Amino acid sequence: MAEKFDAIVVGAGPSGNAAAYTLARGGLKVLQIERGEYPGSKNVQGAILYADALERIIPDFREDAPLERHVIEQRMWMLDDSSYIGTHYRSADFDQPPYNRYTIIRAEFDKWFARKVRQAGALLITETTVRDLLLDGERVIGVQTDREGGAIYADVVVLADGVNSLLARKAGFRPELNPADVALAVKEIHFLPTETIEARFNLSGDAGVVIEMFGKITQGMMGTGFLYTNKESLTIGVGCMLSDFKSQKMTPSQLLENMKSHPSIAPLIAGGEMKEYAAHLIPEGGYNAVPKIAGEGWVIVGDSGMFVNAVHREGSNLAMTSGRLAAETLLELAQARLPYTARNLARYRRKLDESFVMKDLKKYRRLPSVFHRNPQFFTAYPELLSQAAQTLLRVDGEDKKSKERAIRRSFVARRSRFGLLGDAFKMWRAFE
Amino acid sequence: MSANKVEEKLFQNRYRVDAGRPHISIKNPELCTNQCDQPCTVCCPAGCYTQEGNGRVTLITDGCLECGTCRVICTEHRNVAWEYPRGGFGILFKFG
Repeated sequence: MAEKFDAIVVGAGPSGNAAAYTLARGGLKVLQIERGEYPGSKNVQGAILYADALERIIPDFREDAPLERHVIEQRMWMLDDSSYIGTHYRSADFDQPPYNRYTIIRAEFDKWFARKVRQAGALLITETTVRDLLLDGERVIGVQTDREGGAIYADVVVLADGVNSLLARKAGFRPELNPADVALAVKEIHFLPTETIEARFNLSGDAGVVIEMFGKITQGMMGTGFLYTNKESLTIGVGCMLSDFKSQKMTPSQLLENMKSHPSIAPLIAGGEMKEYAAHLIPEGGYNAVPKIAGEGWVIVGDSGMFVNAVHREGSNLAMTSGRLAAETLLELAQARLPYTARNLARYRRKLDESFVMKDLKKYRRLPSVFHRNPQFFTAYPELLSQAAQTLLRVDGEDKKSKERAIRRSFVARRSRFGLLGDAFKMWRAFE
Repeated sequence: MSANKVEEKLFQNRYRVDAGRPHISIKNPELCTNQCDQPCTVCCPAGCYTQEGNGRVTLITDGCLECGTCRVICTEHRNVAWEYPRGGFGILFKFG
């Protein structure tokens, strides 16, 4: 294959598809390379699709994209060992089209997105792993695949190769991931009859519920759990920072088993047939962990660039947006007949800085370190709040004023007055 | 949970194993026995790493989910040689 392309996109996940689609629509000769049997076969996500990011790429995606349920209710649960306390927000406004977000099954969705990319004119080759970037000095001039005679050349390479970002690392563009900057998530998909899901979650039609959870389910580690409703299945998972997993002795699959047996969760998944177990790293290092995302003849998009907003559980929308903005930058340069130098590609970073992607990451830049250093937010507070709720709600002849005093005492005993103030300040700083 | 249970989970998955060509290997097995608390044996979500009685670590990549955990946590010795499988091989997610 001595053929040369205008652009090579490595990977067919949300960021790679967004980039390849935009580039092909812009008239460039695009090759997209995917290592899986089909696009999606190597990809893992919860998964929630945020409509806005995709709408800006494919405005009429709702016509044929494989969507599971549109989300009308979000639950936030804080759990101790026997209880949850939390908020539920359900709105009929979210049940009005155009819907704002959907649950999806990535293997189906990525296949659909990649088909759109091909229809836009890009060439896709699957079952092909890119082993290395081809360099001419500092400049990336193509990729080396594991196919026979596997060198392929292009003016620019878009690295949409996911969180592990092996290609940029091997080329020396960035260091190895820090265990404190990635979360390891494990999840399962459980199949249940549609009627059962609708009855359990008070749903009808294609409406859906998502539950985000934190607290004792992560055993003091910094992390969260989730349960999403699909049409005929539920996905349930839990993720914690890898540095936390490393310093304790519980296996990820055991953590998920424990979570599944929690008395508030077990009845929701009861009777389901588990059909797949998946694991994935999520780049949650935030603003300060974003690597260099453009150089001579290359750009990084998606998870490889650490574009995940861990607080709001957003990632695929940041991935698609980064893919689109990178592609738009390349198209602008092509149109102006400017070379893909690091200097010219710096425009991509500026576009990202001006978008919600970097603005949101910047807003929460302190949050990872705050939660790392303060496990009480995942252990002490869920327990204290749960006990407080129980004290107030249990009717046992004790007067309410004494109950309130007991609750106050429990908080001070566990965290001290100073500790409570400090924790409030830390939370404010983290979310400011 | 027993290793058994992870295997039961993995049994639900679809794989095309590249027989005889593991995509991950331990660079120097001696390093794992000395001054390392072997986090790979706990953190790998597929239980691919087993702590042996003689202090060694055994790696069988057939059930690998290709997440990258073992490579990232091996901070002491950087002792994991980690590549993606050949195109088309390895885990093939049905749902993802």
